[in-house]
Amino acid sequence: MALIKTTYNRRSFLKSSAIAGGGMMLGFSWFASCKPIDDNTELLMPDEWFDFNSYLKIGDNGLITIFSPNPEFGQNVKTSMPMILAEELDVDWKNVLVEQAPYSPEQFPGAPFGQFTGGSRGIMMKWKPLRIAGASAKQMLKAAAAQTWQVAVDEITTESGVLHHEASKKSIGYGEMASLAAQMAIPEEVKLKEPKDYKIIGHSKKNVDGLAIVTGKPLFGLDYQKEGMLIAMAVHPPAFGMTLEAINNTEEIKAMPGIKDVFPIKTYKDAYKKGYFDTNAFPEIIAVVGNSTWEVLKAKKAVKAKWKSIEGSTNTIDRFGRDISVHTPAGLENTTDHNTQMETLMAKPMKVVRRDGDPEGAFKKAAKIIERTYSAPYLAHNCMEPMNFFADVKKDKAHVAGPLQGPGLIEPTLAASLDIPEENIETEMTRMGGGFGRRAYSHYMVEAALISQKVNAPIKLMYTREDDMTNGIYRPTYRAIYRAALDESNNLLALHVKAGGVPESPLFANRFPAGSVDNYLAEEFAIDSNITTGAFRAPRSNFMAGAEQSFLDEIAEETGKDPIEFRLELLKRAKENPVGKENDYDPERYAGVLELVREKSNWGQNDANLHRGVSAYFCHNSYAAHVLDLTIEKGKPVVQKVTCAIDCGIVINPDAAANMAEGGIVDGIGNAFYGEMTFKDGVPQKNNFHQYRMIRMSEAPKKIDVHFVQNEIDPTGLGEPPFPPIFAAVANAMYKASGKRQYHQPFIREEKILG
Amino acid sequence: MAKFNLNVNGKNFQLDIAAQTPLLWVLRDHLKLVGTKYGCGIAQCGACTIHLDGVAMRSCSLPVEAVGDKAITTIEGLSEKGEHSIQRAWLEHDVPQCGYCQAGQIMTAAALLKDNPNPSDSDIDQAMNGNICRCGTYTRIKAAIKSAAKMEK
Repeated sequence: MALIKTTYNRRSFLKSSAIAGGGMMLGFSWFASCKPIDDNTELLMPDEWFDFNSYLKIGDNGLITIFSPNPEFGQNVKTSMPMILAEELDVDWKNVLVEQAPYSPEQFPGAPFGQFTGGSRGIMMKWKPLRIAGASAKQMLKAAAAQTWQVAVDEITTESGVLHHEASKKSIGYGEMASLAAQMAIPEEVKLKEPKDYKIIGHSKKNVDGLAIVTGKPLFGLDYQKEGMLIAMAVHPPAFGMTLEAINNTEEIKAMPGIKDVFPIKTYKDAYKKGYFDTNAFPEIIAVVGNSTWEVLKAKKAVKAKWKSIEGSTNTIDRFGRDISVHTPAGLENTTDHNTQMETLMAKPMKVVRRDGDPEGAFKKAAKIIERTYSAPYLAHNCMEPMNFFADVKKDKAHVAGPLQGPGLIEPTLAASLDIPEENIETEMTRMGGGFGRRAYSHYMVEAALISQKVNAPIKLMYTREDDMTNGIYRPTYRAIYRAALDESNNLLALHVKAGGVPESPLFANRFPAGSVDNYLAEEFAIDSNITTGAFRAPRSNFMAGAEQSFLDEIAEETGKDPIEFRLELLKRAKENPVGKENDYDPERYAGVLELVREKSNWGQNDANLHRGVSAYFCHNSYAAHVLDLTIEKGKPVVQKVTCAIDCGIVINPDAAANMAEGGIVDGIGNAFYGEMTFKDGVPQKNNFHQYRMIRMSEAPKKIDVHFVQNEIDPTGLGEPPFPPIFAAVANAMYKASGKRQYHQPFIREEKILG
Repeated sequence: MAKFNLNVNGKNFQLDIAAQTPLLWVLRDHLKLVGTKYGCGIAQCGACTIHLDGVAMRSCSLPVEAVGDKAITTIEGLSEKGEHSIQRAWLEHDVPQCGYCQAGQIMTAAALLKDNPNPSDSDIDQAMNGNICRCGTYTRIKAAIKSAAKMEK
């Protein structure tokens, strides 16, 4: 066992009277706690709960409630985080209830990321605190038993929620000891289990919300109801680069059935210094408020307004304590212009981010130079649950509830917008109908609160699908040129990558293949834009992986090497004799997933009708490799199977982890085939699913096999890592099928193939 | 406004409501049955799928006046406590990720199995292609439908 400092102080490891008294939970009971669905027996509620820390309370009958700290958007932390705690607490999973914790920076410190879902950081960041919370409570239970039985605490053992004293043959349940244990001193250090002793971690548990989901229980922000609640919608400018000048028909709208009010709202206070996630395109929008969704929807469509161009501005933004300057240009932007701008910049010298050896010299003496250009369009997140939020703002306090990935990221803006201190704002986090990065930018919550404040009533703001798709925080558009210098024996002499985008560069200069090539040059550029962009599942990686891994496939072919063997040779070099000291990946673990996927996919087997593409990538601290098998049926690419190997350290909940990897693979194939948003004069050219092609059942792989590297390394990210490499697995398999390389996403553009 | 009698999940409701109101919003706003989801409003994503006399329909594009005396079944009425074979299969395969589209997926799948108790892969593709799952749970949905078909045998 490892001894570990609890690092809790009284403040963060609090015995919260709010929770003990049920006061804080009352407002939350609407999202009733969930029973693990693999237990069919009814659980009897205890008469009394005893708090141990921010994460758990134990009932007098031995029932455990674990508060899942981070918001849930399908990554299944609401199950896997409590599993980690339950493991160290040493309880039977069937006696565990799970509740979503509300936003509470006091109880879950680390703001703004203390309760953040994103960046594949959840499990990694909570791995230690959750284990300590469980182990500390177990230690307090042991101390209580030792005191009761007048024996040494070291002689007490636990098993599945029961305390034992071997010598005296005494046993007692956690529930019976909970009252006394909750008053015990919080241990300064605790022993944590060895992975070999895990009984819950690594053993698949069903989604704790599974039954609620399949029976249609109200779990989501859009399902939120409150007595007297009004419905609100927003009308935003028709194009990026515009804002509201005036509403033309206020009285006409107000006279429509069920409509209470229509008015402009300024999305930020004048001179408000935005935070890094305060991304929002439109300075002023229109709010329509009424009794029912349909009435408001009709009124929203009838609103007539005059819009005007925004002026260009340069703003200072607080990037977590460091000021950065961001320029937002005026004007109505076009995808075609963006592409021309990127091409033009590509031809010019740009910012050098990394240089190893003498790349220019190596290219001069190369026997062969291969140069390829890759691009990817803007993408809309298209979460199935459109953006929405409930808000009930009173004079000096506010209650908000809805779907968001990072409450700590928006809370300061909300407080400043309302002129209400953060401690007077109660924030509930509802289950999110998808996030994918979009809900890390939750300015819609501020909009909801401003509307509630104006109409002095509880409201629920709902974006229509059209609002959601045309007022997006899009994945930026990117472009990259890769160049390789080969000598006469086809040895890789040098590699050169130039990459950029609107409005950011996608480059990770220190990622593989950096470190495996003597001469390496990485350059980047960025173009300012007024189209709002932000994180989209594996930001930047979601483009770079596709470009890089497609290029490596082409180089491997050029050198006559097997694509997996070619990558392994480079990784061997990076491991044994790395170039540079800044390489951010572990070549051995990287090679490990390639070797595992080679084995599990029976790589090398020949089937003339099966076209196979391989790809691997490292991001968010984890490694993923895919082999994708494609056939062509009636001229269309059909993904028969994807074999996937992942190294993300210890896997908490294997079946749910596989589910998420499967989802990342399907998502990636969909975006590689079809995903695209374009702009014309600032107007998004797609506004709903009849125009924006999403992957559907018949286009998903027929089979997905997910394999995890078995090790005892602390867990790292999983929501994002399987996503980026699938783009190149698709491209490389399509090349095998057609003889044509794929350079520009989306890969399928012909109507006859799209169908 | 007009008066309508609706039979939802075996219960009768009387409503005085605009005739063009889509059934989706009648269910969600007026009857507080929020299991049926809004996804696109134009019958392209399937999140709002309900049964009308046992036939899968997109409630977002169905005006309440078009319902007539047909029986409406929503996810809340598919079974009392999730005992329908499709729901049990969904739990067995732990299908949902975010879960938002799943009520619609389940309603479409339940209607499919009612008509075609032993669907082939392409039958499933065809029936389910109108339902988008942004999380990408399609392979599990397909496996769950096959499991449910076996349960019914």
